[in-house]
Amino acid sequence: MNSTVTTGTETSVWGGGNQPLGASYGKLMMWFFLVSDALTFSGFLAAYGFSRFKFIETWPIADEVFTHVPFFHGNYPMIYVAFMTFILIMSSVTMVLAVDAGHKMKQNAVTWYMFATIIGGIIFVGSQAWEWGTFIKGDHGALETKGGRILQFVKADTGERASLSDFAASLPGDRVIHERKNGLWFFQESALPSVSLEEVVEGFKADSNILIRTELINEEGEKTLLDRKASLAKLAEATQVVEGANLIHNEYGSRLFADFFFFITGFHGFHVFSGVVINIIIFFNVIIGTYERRGHYEMVEKIGLYWHFVDLVWVFVFTFFYLV
Amino acid sequence: MADGHKLEIFRGLVKFKSNTQKIWGVLAFLTLITAVEVVLGIIKPESLTDTYVLGMKTINWIFIILTLVKAYYIAWDFMHLRDEKSSLRRAIVWTPIFLVIYLVFILLVEADYIYNVYKDGFVSWNF
Repeated sequence: MNSTVTTGTETSVWGGGNQPLGASYGKLMMWFFLVSDALTFSGFLAAYGFSRFKFIETWPIADEVFTHVPFFHGNYPMIYVAFMTFILIMSSVTMVLAVDAGHKMKQNAVTWYMFATIIGGIIFVGSQAWEWGTFIKGDHGALETKGGRILQFVKADTGERASLSDFAASLPGDRVIHERKNGLWFFQESALPSVSLEEVVEGFKADSNILIRTELINEEGEKTLLDRKASLAKLAEATQVVEGANLIHNEYGSRLFADFFFFITGFHGFHVFSGVVINIIIFFNVIIGTYERRGHYEMVEKIGLYWHFVDLVWVFVFTFFYLV
Repeated sequence: MADGHKLEIFRGLVKFKSNTQKIWGVLAFLTLITAVEVVLGIIKPESLTDTYVLGMKTINWIFIILTLVKAYYIAWDFMHLRDEKSSLRRAIVWTPIFLVIYLVFILLVEADYIYNVYKDGFVSWNF
């Protein structure tokens, strides 16, 4: 057969220069990166799901962990994180408006939309830092048992959480923080809690209005409240006071919750931070007219894809950390 | 694609006049969904938290489905996958979906098994 005969179209097929996906090299590479990054985040969230299913009966309830709003006192679960979500979606919108203005070669509009996007990103990262700070600082304080379980305290009459400082006795003690200079030079310890275990135990025995709440979630979906007798028995198992959360201790409950919180929101926050940095670089490129001279604003489109991806990841983090 | 935006969402139910309008329309929709999620998360109606569908609380199904809806509109309209060629779109979307379903299935089943070992398997951890 005359298979060696080449028609015009075949020449162009084999001659290169095709774009079967209709996307430029840069955009395709951005998509490659985003798909692999999506799988990284999925791995983290799936690992979070693994740990959560493993400790399904004792996992902390997010509504009770993230209850603070800056400048306001009181108990407002979800409000602040909803605000953060809205900020991120809003900055996504200004980003997509910047891309749209870029298609129309409107340098001024791109500049202002990029600026708004950067501001949104900074607000989001700042909010996340505040949320971390609040989480690390802690709320009411708790006791940790020998097995690493957390015992929290509740006022029997109102059902509200009781802070350690509300009922802890004040005992004379000369326990000081162990630093390298005043003890063994190869040991040091982190800051002592504001009250000692003995003070909490004594205060608990003296105040009959305080009950212990364990990590176990009952059938109503709430943490189990022990009665006074069981509380006193449980108190004997406590080994130390925990205030706030870090990678080793977590007053809100399972320490894995804190580990995953720091890891996943930290990794996401790092993405937002790098997105802000890249946005700033491109913002200045827009101002000095780099893309005007290049003839297209594809660079804005590419960073736009990244920025929306960060938003997309947050939507999932929001659901699996705060809602479900 | 530089030009030729598809301006319809909800399968052609809503059609916008310009790309900018579509962006604001999608923002309104996403904000509405987020608001619904937050309100449900705060009040937690008992009819949704006490009922189970396929072993999971109804409210959690609602949250996950709403999340996927949001993800769809972010990817389709903000990341303008709607305007890309279907081959590119499918390569981007189905690869992670397949791998994530696979991973989540394996990890959650395994975690549930470990939960049962902790519960009935003579392992003492709650002390």
